[in-house]
Parts: sequence; structure tokens; C-alpha cells
Amino acid sequence: MEAFLSLFADNSIFNPVTLMHYWSGFVTTIQLVFLSLVIGLIIALPLGILRTSKNPFINKPIWAYVYFFRGTPLLVQLYLIYYGTAQIKGIQETIFWNILSEAFYPCLIAFVLNTAAYTTEIIRGAIEATPKGEIEAAKAYGMNAWKRMLRIVLPSALRRGLPAYANEVIFMLHASSIASVVTIVDLTGAARDIYARYYAPFEAFLFVAAIYLCLTFALIYTFRQIENKIMAHTRPIS
Amino acid sequence: MLDLHGYGPSIFEGAILTVQVAVLSLLIALILGLAGAIAKQSANPVPRIIATIYTTVIRGVPDLVLMLLIFFGGQMLMNMFSDWLYDQFAWDIFFNINEFIAGVVTIGFIFGAYMAETFRGAFQSVNRGQLEAGYAYGMSKRQVFIKISFPQMMRHALPGLGNNWLVMLKTTALVSIIGLADMVRLASEAAKAVHEPFTFLIPVALAYLFLTAVSEWILKRLEVKYSAGVARG
Repeated sequence: MEAFLSLFADNSIFNPVTLMHYWSGFVTTIQLVFLSLVIGLIIALPLGILRTSKNPFINKPIWAYVYFFRGTPLLVQLYLIYYGTAQIKGIQETIFWNILSEAFYPCLIAFVLNTAAYTTEIIRGAIEATPKGEIEAAKAYGMNAWKRMLRIVLPSALRRGLPAYANEVIFMLHASSIASVVTIVDLTGAARDIYARYYAPFEAFLFVAAIYLCLTFALIYTFRQIENKIMAHTRPIS
Repeated sequence: MLDLHGYGPSIFEGAILTVQVAVLSLLIALILGLAGAIAKQSANPVPRIIATIYTTVIRGVPDLVLMLLIFFGGQMLMNMFSDWLYDQFAWDIFFNINEFIAGVVTIGFIFGAYMAETFRGAFQSVNRGQLEAGYAYGMSKRQVFIKISFPQMMRHALPGLGNNWLVMLKTTALVSIIGLADMVRLASEAAKAVHEPFTFLIPVALAYLFLTAVSEWILKRLEVKYSAGVARG
């Protein structure tokens, strides 16, 4: 314990000021990731369902959107939206500018569009993997397309898609570190500030690396709990 | 026609740099991944634990944080090392961690962890009976690895390797943050200079889509090659 305390005794880096800086970075990261995932999921759910439509005028545009956002780096998307929206003629006079002039919102838009594209693909995959027999059974019961989707396809797609979605959530947490590039002080941004202030790369970056690691483990644990819960019926009888 | 205000050639050079970073990192990642996968199957707990810590920690931390850590921290370590050399032996050497090395090493190091998981899964899907047959023929451990498990493992590993490669190609964009003049950095600087972000960033996005499409085509051919001799329905 003595040795442990002496570790903290002569450190000038982790003082209340820097710890508060890290804390506000932590809050920003959580806000960004949580909001992008929730909004992204709300957008992706209808897109994922429509992507399985047989009408090319519906599924092709969605395919193009997904292909673009999955095939290009998030950093490029962020630059496009961050620098791009500012250059649209006349936007600086509209009410949108109040939102877009802050770095947080262009960044949120880029993250939402990115995660929505990946999630759309996950939902499409999960819907298309529905066993044919389940759909035939639903048809035999006289369910219409809506009821089939709501009662049969989506609940079982949720179970199939969850492991991939868990990966997407973790990916989004890690990708959110890019926000620090456009002047947002998230966890990584806070570490960069503290590195610049004290010229202490190990303390600054290892500390946030440890926080990200804990967050990742917490997410993995949570999703495992959810999976165990909704997959309970597939567990062997012990 | 697209007017790049004379920045075209330099952005094209940036694109070549992107490909160089990606290919070199791939080499490092493949070597580390293979070593990691072999260590994970080792009977000796020491390499097994080291490999498990490596894959778990690396996959739990954002790429950008690791890159900043290696770029800034690596330089500091090297400075300490050269100070030490000077004090001990009066050697005056300066090691410079440039952006290129830091970028390639970091990306290779990160994706080595993902590759290790891919290879581990692939090794496990090679039929055990085949390895036993190899031993029964009197092959050594080395021979079984080179002649039996490696070629068959590649078939199972290819889809995963392909995915890792596509993710890695996009991750190379991060090297622009530590100052390497890849196509993202050159394009964003040009965009800021001329105030036309779409003119420069859309072609860069299309370049990534093109690289992705080419990679997918090559991967498909490789998959055909490595699944020769497997019956397909």
C-alpha cells in the first residue's frame, strides 16, 4: 500500500484538473457513441428491411449507400461532412448553421451515417438468413407481409444479428476516437491535450487505452448477458 | 472535367503511399498473426498467455490511440535509448521514428492481433485426422505444419483475411493524422487551401472504393485457387 501511494505522491500529471479533463472527454465519447448508435439503428432498421425488397428502385439506392459508407474510411466521411457542409452555398445564413458550426454535430452525422450503413448490412444478412420454413408456416397461418415481418422474421433476425451488432458497437466505440481529429475533446482528444501539456505520451495514452479497454470489456460482457437471455431456448437441457 | 487545381499528381502519389503502407502493414500483420496463432496453440503456457494478452489488449483499444502511443511514445523511448547509449559508450546516435515507420508498425501490430484470431480459427478447422495421418507417415512436426496444416488452413482463413485486409486498407487513412502524406492528408490539405472539400475528398473516397473492388476481385481468385480440390455444390 505504501508503494502504491508513493506512486501517486510524486505524479504531477494525474491531478484533479487533468482528471476532470479526462472525465469530460469520457462523457463526450459516451454521448457520441450512444447517440450515433441509437440514431443509426433507427435509420438502419427500415433500410435493412427495404434492402431485402425485390424492387430494384428500392434496394439499389440502399445498396449504393451501404457500399459507399462501408468501402471508404470513416475519416474521409468525417472530413467530407465536417468541411463539406460548411462549403454549401448559403448554408451559413440558415438555421442549420447553428448546429453545423459546432464540431460535435457534423461528427455525429458522419458517425450516424457510417454505423447505419454497417447496421443495415447486418440486418439484411439476418433477415435473409431466416429459415424458409418459418416464413411458409407464417403464410400458412394467413399472416400478411407486415405481420410476418413483425412476428416471425424480425424477432428471429434479432437473435441472429446480435453477435454481429455487438461487434459493430465495439467498432463504433473505437472509431469514435477519430472525433479528436476535428477538435472534439473526447477521451482521445483529452489524452492528446494532456500529452501536449506535459509531454508524457505513456501516461496520457496508456491511461485512455486502459479506459477504452474497460469499456470494451463492459460491452462484451453486457452483450453476452443479452445473448444468453434471448438465446435461452437454444441452450441444451442440463 | 474534374479540376484538381494542380494537386492531382501529388494526391496520386499519396494514393501510392496509401497502398505501400497497406501492403507493408499486411506483411507485418501476417507474420505476427501466424506467430500469434501458433503461440496460442502451444502446449507451453508462456507463449499462450503472451499471445492471448496481445490479441485481447490490442483488439480492445482504438487504433488511433495505439498509433499515437507508438508514434509519440516510441520516439521518447528511442530518445531515452540514445541518451543511454551516449552516457554509457559515448556513442552519439539519434534514432528517428518517422511517421511512415510508426504508421506501418502500428497498423501491422494491430491487425496482427486480428489475423492471429483468424488463423487460429482456421487451424482449428483443419481435420485432425489429416494431421494424425501425417504423423503416421513419419512426418516431423515441421513437415506436418508446412505440408498439411498450412495449405489447408489457408482455405479456411482466406475469407477472414480478406475482411481484415479491407478493414486495414481503410485504417491506413489514420496515418494522415500523425502527419504522413497519404492521399487523405494531401486531399484534405488541398481542400482547405482551395475551399473545395468535395472536389478533393470525393475522388479520394472513390479511390478507396476502387482499391476495395480490386481487392475483392483478387480475393475471389485466391479463394478459387486455395479451394482447388474441394468439392463444391
